[in-house]
Amino acid sequence: MHARSRSISALLVGLVATVLTMTGSAANAAPVSHAGESACQKPAPRNDDTIHIQGCLTDLREKPPKPVPDVKFTVEDDQGKAVGEGTSNASGVFDIALGKSIDVLGNTYTVKLDKKSLPEGAALRNPKQVALKVTPKLSSDVYVTFPIGDAPAASAGKFTQGLQLAVGGLVFSLLLAMAALGLSMIFGTTGLTNFAHGELITFGALIAYGVDALPGTITIGGTNVTIAVSIIVAAIASAAFGWVNDRALWRPLRHRGTGLIAMMVVSIGLSIFLRNVYQYLAGASTHQYSQFSSPRPYTLGPILVTPKDIFIVVFSTVILVLVVIALQRTKLGKATRAVADNTALSAATGINVDRVISVVWIVGGMLAGLSGVLLGMTQGFDYQLGFKILLLVFAAVVLGGLGTAWGAIVGALVIGLFVEVSTLFIPAELKFVGALVVLIVVLLIRPQGLLGKAQRVG
Amino acid sequence: MDWHAIFSQSLQQGLGPVAAVYCLAAIGLNVHFGYTGLLNFGQAGFMAVGGYAVSSFVATWGLSFWLGCLVGLGAAAVLALLLGVPTLRLRADYLAIVTIAAAEIIRQTIGSVTLLKLFGGQDGLQGFNQSFASLNPFSGRIGIPGVVSWRPYDFWTLLVCWGMAGLCCLMVWALMRSPWGRVLKSIREDEDAVRSLGKNVYAYKMQSLVIGGLIGGLAGIMSALQHSAINPSFFATDTTFFAYTVLLVGGAARVLGPVAGTIIFWFLLSFLDLTFGAATSGANPTLPEAIMNSNQASLMRFIFMGLALMLLMIFRPQGIFGDRRELALDAR
Repeated sequence: MHARSRSISALLVGLVATVLTMTGSAANAAPVSHAGESACQKPAPRNDDTIHIQGCLTDLREKPPKPVPDVKFTVEDDQGKAVGEGTSNASGVFDIALGKSIDVLGNTYTVKLDKKSLPEGAALRNPKQVALKVTPKLSSDVYVTFPIGDAPAASAGKFTQGLQLAVGGLVFSLLLAMAALGLSMIFGTTGLTNFAHGELITFGALIAYGVDALPGTITIGGTNVTIAVSIIVAAIASAAFGWVNDRALWRPLRHRGTGLIAMMVVSIGLSIFLRNVYQYLAGASTHQYSQFSSPRPYTLGPILVTPKDIFIVVFSTVILVLVVIALQRTKLGKATRAVADNTALSAATGINVDRVISVVWIVGGMLAGLSGVLLGMTQGFDYQLGFKILLLVFAAVVLGGLGTAWGAIVGALVIGLFVEVSTLFIPAELKFVGALVVLIVVLLIRPQGLLGKAQRVG
Repeated sequence: MDWHAIFSQSLQQGLGPVAAVYCLAAIGLNVHFGYTGLLNFGQAGFMAVGGYAVSSFVATWGLSFWLGCLVGLGAAAVLALLLGVPTLRLRADYLAIVTIAAAEIIRQTIGSVTLLKLFGGQDGLQGFNQSFASLNPFSGRIGIPGVVSWRPYDFWTLLVCWGMAGLCCLMVWALMRSPWGRVLKSIREDEDAVRSLGKNVYAYKMQSLVIGGLIGGLAGIMSALQHSAINPSFFATDTTFFAYTVLLVGGAARVLGPVAGTIIFWFLLSFLDLTFGAATSGANPTLPEAIMNSNQASLMRFIFMGLALMLLMIFRPQGIFGDRRELALDAR
């Protein structure tokens, strides 16, 4: 009992300390203020029944980002007929009216940027993205972004591109690894294939957003630490949420002797329920955190690394290492592995199985929540954040070997890197498909996964 | 609130073509999950393959619609074989993960810009259903006056869908009372016991996967015909989950379970939607705007649906008409 609570509190203290130091240093390294927003004066909201396409062009190479005026835009409907055009004004804002919302809703429009009208030297960050498809679903204006900065050197060799993609892949795979480790631990100890794990991920992102969106900023010694506080609050709330999940739902079901397949279907119900509750609370739009909006990247040899990337890589590595060491070294960690190995036998040797499983859910929920916050920092998030990557998390867990801690991490590294680097050879829109194909192929050749013990799994 | 309108529209939905399509999908799942115990979470993939085969056959290549139907069913059968080979020897949760992944692979590939010319990307395909629509013998609105009514094309698809569902139910009934069906059920109960009796469990599971997949493919074709269009969002993961809910509401391993399930499911879904919609609309809504706006009202039905799926599985896994003794529902 004492050893357990001590190790938990040690873990939490370590976590809090790392968050504070990490965000502190990252924020010092790149004091990114809200400059990105102040450069863009959003047009005043109109109170009529028309839908406009709006956006703001800023040159992200400048600090604060400089508005880019006089860029021409055209909007075409799905038959390719031009329905509107506009030009960005002195503050970089453009505003194109589409018409009454009743005629516009549900149609698909293509917003095209005239590349020739960009000022000398400026280019789209993604040179292929000169057109954006939008489908107005709500009767509010549609906001589109065209990030402008240095064009990534198109002539750069495949190797450099691969290296650059690998950086993104590393970031993504570490986030995946945190979610996968939690899922794998829960599977190992309870046998539950939790389809609602994605919702644990989204939960963290939502809580952090809730803290972030509170009015005012939280400062310690003059440094804005709102995001650090959000991360800590989200981690604690997600841990509590994991505990509630187990206590309110899964433990009673285990005690009733509900079958694993039945529990799997229950988890699907839970996933649908939570996802819609999230949408109820947070709406369907994509949210961004206030800080870290447009950090200026460091040049590292031929590749660009943002402070955000460095922060995420170091932070999630520390967390993962802490959890794995706890699993290997502490009494509780050993008990966890014993329960995963043979529940009945470990109960017979005096391990309190329910308590171990509670802790697994707490740690699993915390890991998932953290991965959600950090994912939200890298790409923004909506209510489906976790659901969208759930299959990749599964792929990582199965690839590494269901129920093994190291396996989940290795699997996530492989899947995450594969997803990003494969875009060198296949279209980016198919990158998830590639990872899922890998999953199926691995099951065909090595069903126990990379690190799983060879045993009969059928 | 206009309860009469809400009831009649909900009933219209419960008996309508969408419900009939989900009935077909759930019959396929019934063969997989209810009778054989195979956890197929990729029924949407089978539907996508069937539906897209037909629509691209006509809209992209300009070939015969009826040939497209045959190819669609064939493609669903091939998909079943492809999925079954690696996974049927593995544990139930592996099949679940592989099928759900395969369905996503299919949906994202079909919706990609790379294959825009073949499958129309995210916008999908239209204008492939003339051969089917030209057979429509109805005109004018059809239904029971004052209770339900459908447009002629909807009524025609509804009739065909329910007809197919009836045929499939008949087929399932006949199959499951045959010796072959008894083997399937015993595989569900105890696979090792069946194996020890000298049956080739793998082959039986594969046959079950193909038959259920064919019915899923049929559901996909009807879904495309019913909308007169097809696009990847029809075949999202939630489609499979809806079909599961339909099956579990009615009762798995019951021939008519999916039929009862789909009517109840779509009636309730539409009833909740209309009730909450009515409660939040108008100048002075029953529920104040601060608690729920009309966007949030449209989510209430899914919140209830998720809750219902959980409670159903916990307290009454046999559904409304199922037999608890028959369905042990446990992982092996």
